[in-house]
Amino acid sequence: MSLPNDPLPLIREKALWMRRRAFRMVFEAQLGHPGGDFSAIDVLATLYFGAMRHDPSRPDDPSRDRFIMSKGHATGAIYTALAAAGFFPEDWLDTYMRPRSLLNGHPNRNYLPGIETNTGPLGHGFPVAVGIAIAGQIDGAGFRTFVLTGDGELQEGSNWEAAMTAGHRRLAHLTLIVDRNRLQQGAGTEETNGLDPLDDKFRAFGWHVEEVDGHDHAALLKVLGSPVGDRTRPLCVIASTVKGKGVSFMENKASWHHGVPNAAQFDQAMKELA
Amino acid sequence: MAQAAPVQTGLHDCREAWARTIEDLAAADPRIVAVVNDSVGSSKLGGFQKKYPQRLINVGIAEQTMVGVGAGLANGGKVPFVSAASPFLTGRSLEQVKADVAYSNVNVKLVGQSSGVAYGELGPTHHSIEDLAWLRPLTNLTVVVPSDSWETAEAVKWAAEHEGPVFLRISRMPVPDLAIPNRVFRVGQAETVRDGDSLAIIACGTTVHLAAEAADRLAAEGIRARVLNMATISPLDRDAVLAAAETGAIVTVEEANILGGLGSAVAEVTAQARPVPIEMVGFPGFLPTGSVEWLFEQYGLSPEGIVAAARRALSRKGA
Repeated sequence: MSLPNDPLPLIREKALWMRRRAFRMVFEAQLGHPGGDFSAIDVLATLYFGAMRHDPSRPDDPSRDRFIMSKGHATGAIYTALAAAGFFPEDWLDTYMRPRSLLNGHPNRNYLPGIETNTGPLGHGFPVAVGIAIAGQIDGAGFRTFVLTGDGELQEGSNWEAAMTAGHRRLAHLTLIVDRNRLQQGAGTEETNGLDPLDDKFRAFGWHVEEVDGHDHAALLKVLGSPVGDRTRPLCVIASTVKGKGVSFMENKASWHHGVPNAAQFDQAMKELA
Repeated sequence: MAQAAPVQTGLHDCREAWARTIEDLAAADPRIVAVVNDSVGSSKLGGFQKKYPQRLINVGIAEQTMVGVGAGLANGGKVPFVSAASPFLTGRSLEQVKADVAYSNVNVKLVGQSSGVAYGELGPTHHSIEDLAWLRPLTNLTVVVPSDSWETAEAVKWAAEHEGPVFLRISRMPVPDLAIPNRVFRVGQAETVRDGDSLAIIACGTTVHLAAEAADRLAAEGIRARVLNMATISPLDRDAVLAAAETGAIVTVEEANILGGLGSAVAEVTAQARPVPIEMVGFPGFLPTGSVEWLFEQYGLSPEGIVAAARRALSRKGA
């Protein structure tokens, strides 16, 4: 996909559209994880409309950049990103979670082009991304591999096996983005099983770390658009985000992890997302 | 298709056949890589590592990431053989096997080494007798339990050519190659080792040669036992099981927990379509301390034990 010289207006437009469309999906299905969708949507809009090389007409192109949504429950974010990028028709979004829909509550690569691996249980996407990056390293391929995890998700031990492996093998074409909204399903991450200092943890595992406002498209584009750091280590982008970002009554509320809106809340959100 | 593996005399550790075959295949197909958890030695991959150091990915003692990395390598165009001691490959990373490999339906080959009770005295933490029960229900995953070195080599070759997830359960206990003329490996199809219609003995892996020996002893008394090598546990050869049920009595034999293994698979078919008395030879659960040979003897995984099970099954015939 060719990108405009200044992708920021497009990223902004797509991020707004994704929020509105994702919220409508969740409202109509009365199911979903809108809080985590909205904390991740600016990262995904930046990736799909500013950072990644991808061609929706050739989703299996071996040289494509890969994106893996390790927090697979954030389907409102990944499905709207793929529809916006042209991987499948927008009206497929209307089927979200309906019987036999291709849009399951967690993504399935055998249902949808653009999904690299089936995620859902946490701590799975990151090791798979490491494997993709190793394949690229063996072949000397130029593609990049991006993986987004939640922050609470990092409590799963498999992630630290993956972080150790990526650091050890110096997977310079691998980028991990941590959606650091500081809330997990039930409470804050730091009161549940604290992650701080997260930057030091990744540095100790051999990673280059960048911290960025996860809703600032320009700042995200700067760290995601072209490889940063010393280019001999994997890159960890800790994106400071707000769960439910963009809708006043959802922001920073753990209850919106899998909360769903009533009609009044839906109308209110559509007014705010304009 | 590569040339058929040679049939050998004497007893052989099937890991040797695995190692020879994967090295040969890797020479011809640069996409083949091996993924291990510090298990180069126990997977007999020292030769592979020497020849293809870049294609041997050792993630250390990290089974969850080992399987996830395998799925990622498949995404990147490789044909990964993820090889580790079976209890840890299947138990520790069961959710990765389910989600990243089977449900994602990717081209990963899982190779469970030293399966069953190969680790004998090391005890139930190191026994892999639950693996068939864990893996059998996973859609898309073909589960193969080779009976000997010849079949191990053929199964590895088949797995490399097959596009999709496979679990190969490799044994460590030395076993003889089955003496079957003009053998052809056919995944998903039971292999007739002995023909007969008095009853059917359905076995897999290290127990097939024991079942054949039991059938020969029964034959001396005029009891004609059919012996089937059911190397493919999933998908199961239903037709062969239903034909076996027509004999009126079945014995199943496996180096595995009888809860959820080959015996259960056979019973699932017969109970629904053609009820028949079944005697299951295998392990009942966590096992006491003992060598692999002692455990086999103790739990009837022997010609004597299988003959006794056959008599029990025959006594229930038509009851």
